[in-house]
Amino acid sequence: MQPDWPKDVHKELVGAGVSVVGYVPDAGHKRLIELCHADKSMKAVPLTTEEEGIGLVAGAWLGGEKSVLLMQSSGVGNLINVLGMVKVCRFPLVLVVTMRGERGEFNPWQVPMGENTARVLETMSVAVRQAGDAQTVAGHVHAALGLAYETQGAQAVLIAQQVIGIKSFQEQRNQ
Amino acid sequence: MTLHRRSVVSELLRDRGDLLVVAGLGSTSWDITAAGDSPLSFPTWGAMGQAAMIGLGLALAQPKRRVCVVTGDGEMLMGMGSLATIGVQQPKNLTVVVIDNERYGETGMQRTHTAHGVDLAAVAAACRIKNTLTVGKDIGAVREMIYKTEGPNFAAVKVSDEKLPLVLPPKDGVLLKARFRRALLGDSADVLPEER
Repeated sequence: MQPDWPKDVHKELVGAGVSVVGYVPDAGHKRLIELCHADKSMKAVPLTTEEEGIGLVAGAWLGGEKSVLLMQSSGVGNLINVLGMVKVCRFPLVLVVTMRGERGEFNPWQVPMGENTARVLETMSVAVRQAGDAQTVAGHVHAALGLAYETQGAQAVLIAQQVIGIKSFQEQRNQ
Repeated sequence: MTLHRRSVVSELLRDRGDLLVVAGLGSTSWDITAAGDSPLSFPTWGAMGQAAMIGLGLALAQPKRRVCVVTGDGEMLMGMGSLATIGVQQPKNLTVVVIDNERYGETGMQRTHTAHGVDLAAVAAACRIKNTLTVGKDIGAVREMIYKTEGPNFAAVKVSDEKLPLVLPPKDGVLLKARFRRALLGDSADVLPEER
């Protein structure tokens, strides 16, 4: 049986005491977003652009609260300049990124950012953890939360497109 | 009588009590420092467009404290979507004040969109910010907003486009973060609860 990774990730967020979850929706994050909205211990915050999430995380930490950001790989491109604040201030940061532009992609406009997501993050000093299958996602999120908040580091978990398994517009709409 | 940014910000932050303050990069960071540096101020030196979102994160994390973002028109224009995000969250303890000189003050005083009639308070109102104001003379109502009115609140304060001496806050980001957290959270700022 396939592990229910959104449920497992939500459990990790609860376990770590995450109280703010910023997101720009992605089909691959649909269930995790729903779980976070339904959880009264969390504030799920829809953003107009991923960049807003960095301000949200910074402010929440200044106020003593832990947060994570959920986004699609294309959204990582929207973060580049503001990741400078994360580095200069050593704000703890956990990004949970669903990948597009990988094996099975049907939309060529997703490929340029998908092919460079890890490189962009690493260039801006965000450590990248690749979750290539559903069994490993929650473990990577656990590790990322620990490292981010215990060592004031910036961490990203990239969830492979094959875990999400979207291969057509129709499948994406049916999520 | 034209308003001057330094006296406006000094008046808004006079006797600020336990108010938490975030400033946008450039002139508004110098303004809040000229008004008196405080560990409960977080002046930014970069991340243009994020001041209001830092304020929102702080307001959500500290619902019992009042939070004031002081930023410029150029900085607010870059993060205009954050007004919509604040409108969705409806934080009662957040006020965003734009010190609007209609210029990019750090880069050669080029005209911003507000110099061409773009109305940030109208944008904020359309984004469901509960109380919105544009003022050009009397800032008493803005003080009232910051310290008393249930938010979310937004005020644009029209000021002259003067070039002023720099009054610089610390620029080490780790210092700015750590001093803010210590002043706000006390001992719990430095070690996570689960690490004790």
